[in-house]
Amino acid sequence: MTTKEYESYYVPSQSHWPIVGAVALFLIAVGAGNYVSTLNSGEGGIGGYILLAGVCLVIYMLYGWFSNVINESMAGKYSHQMDNSFRQGMSWFIFSEVMFFAAFFGALFYARTLSVPWLGGADNNAMTGAVLWPEFVASWPLLVTPDGTETTQMGWYGLPLINTILLLTSSITAHLAHSALEKDNRKMLKIWLGFTILLGVVFLFLQVVEYMHGYSEEMKLYLTSGIYGSTFYLLTGFHGMHVTLGTIMLIVVFLRVLKGHFTPTNAFAFEAASWYWHFVDVVWVILFVFVYIV
Amino acid sequence: MTTDVIEQESHDDHHDDHKMKGIKRWLYTTNHKDIGTLYLWFAFIMLLTGGALAMVIRAELFQPGLQIVEPDFFNQLTTVHGLIMVFGAIMPAFTGFANWMIPMMVGAPDMALPRMNNWSFWILPFAFAILLSTFFMESGAPNFGWTFYAPLSTTYSNGSTAFFVFAVHIMGISSIMGAINIVVTIMNMRAPGMTYMKMPLFVWTFFITAYLLIAVMPVLAGVVTMLLTDTYFGTSFFDAAGGGDPVLFQHLFWFFGHPEVYIMILPAFGIVSTIIPAFARKKLFGYSSMVYATASIALLSFIVWAHHMFTTGMPLFGELFFMYCTMLIAVPTGVKVFNWVATMWRGSMSFETPMLFSIAFVILFTIGGFSGLMLALTPVDFQYHDTYFVVAHFHYVLVTGSLFSIYAGAYFWLPKWTGHMYNESLAKWHFWCSLVSVNLLFFPMHFLGLAGMPRRIPDYALQFADFNKWVSIGGFAFGLSQLIFLAVVIKCIRGGEKAPAKPWDGAEGLEWTVASPAPYHTFSTPPKID
Ligand code: HEM
Ligand SMILES: [Cu+2]
Repeated sequence: MTTKEYESYYVPSQSHWPIVGAVALFLIAVGAGNYVSTLNSGEGGIGGYILLAGVCLVIYMLYGWFSNVINESMAGKYSHQMDNSFRQGMSWFIFSEVMFFAAFFGALFYARTLSVPWLGGADNNAMTGAVLWPEFVASWPLLVTPDGTETTQMGWYGLPLINTILLLTSSITAHLAHSALEKDNRKMLKIWLGFTILLGVVFLFLQVVEYMHGYSEEMKLYLTSGIYGSTFYLLTGFHGMHVTLGTIMLIVVFLRVLKGHFTPTNAFAFEAASWYWHFVDVVWVILFVFVYIV
Repeated sequence: MTTDVIEQESHDDHHDDHKMKGIKRWLYTTNHKDIGTLYLWFAFIMLLTGGALAMVIRAELFQPGLQIVEPDFFNQLTTVHGLIMVFGAIMPAFTGFANWMIPMMVGAPDMALPRMNNWSFWILPFAFAILLSTFFMESGAPNFGWTFYAPLSTTYSNGSTAFFVFAVHIMGISSIMGAINIVVTIMNMRAPGMTYMKMPLFVWTFFITAYLLIAVMPVLAGVVTMLLTDTYFGTSFFDAAGGGDPVLFQHLFWFFGHPEVYIMILPAFGIVSTIIPAFARKKLFGYSSMVYATASIALLSFIVWAHHMFTTGMPLFGELFFMYCTMLIAVPTGVKVFNWVATMWRGSMSFETPMLFSIAFVILFTIGGFSGLMLALTPVDFQYHDTYFVVAHFHYVLVTGSLFSIYAGAYFWLPKWTGHMYNESLAKWHFWCSLVSVNLLFFPMHFLGLAGMPRRIPDYALQFADFNKWVSIGGFAFGLSQLIFLAVVIKCIRGGEKAPAKPWDGAEGLEWTVASPAPYHTFSTPPKID
């Protein structure tokens, strides 16, 4: 018989973390639902607190779940096959994130090439323009909406350009960190990884500065400033959230590096975090081109 | 495919999951069979819940005039009925099948990511608890239809919209994680020698479905997010006054929505493609053409979405493009129907309940496919759109299609799941009652629609009264018939004739090489396939 030819299967033990996570998501959904619903009515509910409790519970869950997995991994319990499963799972997760951004880019392109020109009377929509908002002139970025809300354009030079350079550099440093790990050069690994995190944090900081500028009296670029503001804040906002998540992942990896984890051949978490980091970089480049420049 | 299974060692130190006792077993489980069972029960409970809402809808429509519910509440009923059936009944039922069967069929010990698997399941009941709780809120449940078109769901929505959005987010997260698990299990956990083209067609269809899910569920998440910000944070995605467009909503929704309908039918194709050969005692006709047909349906499903929007308005080129692409899907679908019929051709057939449901599937799904083709013709859709003809179409493909395949599969594998044979005569009662009532329920809807009865309206013109009475009677009968299924399942779990490892002499596949009921851990070392 051929029993010994193959690696045996490994099935991990039961865990209470998923159900904790399910309760946490429940609290987040109920809390956020309640919070958002009472937002405009002014009568503050308890939604915010439920939401906060849910977020805390999620953090606790992630901490517990990941420590558990890390301990099992360090104890050498995982087979080669398990490692592969993690890798493939992470890749498909990133693909699903790509599709999430695709929906928002789709909305951006639709507005730019279809809905805004149509409102201005393009193609066979002369009547739409004439009847609904005769004064409206189509343009992109849409600085004056059909109902007359005015705003200004966020230029690409200045902060956005600096941010692009920061993120591109951080992709390189992440790659250098990876090479250092492969050569088992722990010192360079720590340095490059540290740089990557630093660049990510600075990026986020500058993003906040840019938002504050956008929301200033001078620019008047709000979420409510029509389709330009909507696409601008949702695309950059979700990107920023992903950078935040990526930075947290890198920080966790950094702490593990300090503890002496990862070897050139066994470094799934490190690689997963760096794939994710490259992914948020690519999204930013596309975003920089289509939201800021053209 | 001949298989040679290695004797399972009774004790194996590579499994860290030793069966727990009581409720903890279900809450903490990492076992694909436990999780499959949970999914299946959850789906059935949701089926009954969604069914109860449908009963109220049919009671209201029994006679013309407003009888028992307010129009707004009627809208809430149709909306939540649709959402529950799609996201709560059909999809989780298929995920349940995937969990139970895929590891056994590819010779894996479990799903690739067992703990995530647990999480994917347990967030679902919470999501539906939130959705259902909106019925008890001051504003009532969502009332804008399961397709939640803007501006009904933005400007004119009621106070529960935020809860709806977050519930959908959780359902989406669950589906995406479930799908990732299926993909990784199939790519990474197949027993050595199980090449892609040796996989059972069942596995192939779930594989392709999982890709569809990973690709479109995030788009659904995106569109509900835009809806949320439009409603509560003043963005203008679907508001023309701000430069957006309500039509954009429909494009984004149907970019998700059309692949979604294939998510609900491709696994059904896999199930009947497993059952028909078993009871025709012949190999599946044209295995590889089935694989390619499934893949082409999946690819085409991304470029047909606007056939739901013919009357919404599009440039002429768009109307024509989406019409032709939609009709193109009929080709691979035809290949499938041809192959099922060819499999039965000159087979030595027997008609146990799984086979009955499968044959009914082939015939009735094809009726749904034909009405789909009629709807795909742009000029005639201008008349049919938003009438009961559409309702008839999608209930033929979803009830006599997806749901019937789920019943077929449940009867087929119940002996493997429970270790007992189900009661064949009771099951036949379930089949025949369902078959008659479902046609009484949905067939007249075609004529109602052709005659112009609009969907989603609680009242109707007098000339539709007779047909609607019969439709409602069919509806109540169909609803009651499903309780027979509940009885069969409970009886089967509690006892009955002992099932042998392979109760169906024509069945093939690795799952029949292990005992019935399948042991808690199936393969701890890879079986050998040649
Ligand atoms: C033969 C292939 C099919 C074709 C050509 C087709 C075509 C269509 C068309 C053109 C519509 C839009 C009708 C309208 O609103 O005016 C439609 C609606 C629908 N179809 Fe199909 N269809 C097919 C198969 C399926 C399958 C397999 C399913 C699900 C399992 C399905 C589920 C639906 C649903 C749920 C709707 C209605 C959505 C709504 O407005 O609520 N269809 N179909
Ligand atoms: Cu469709």
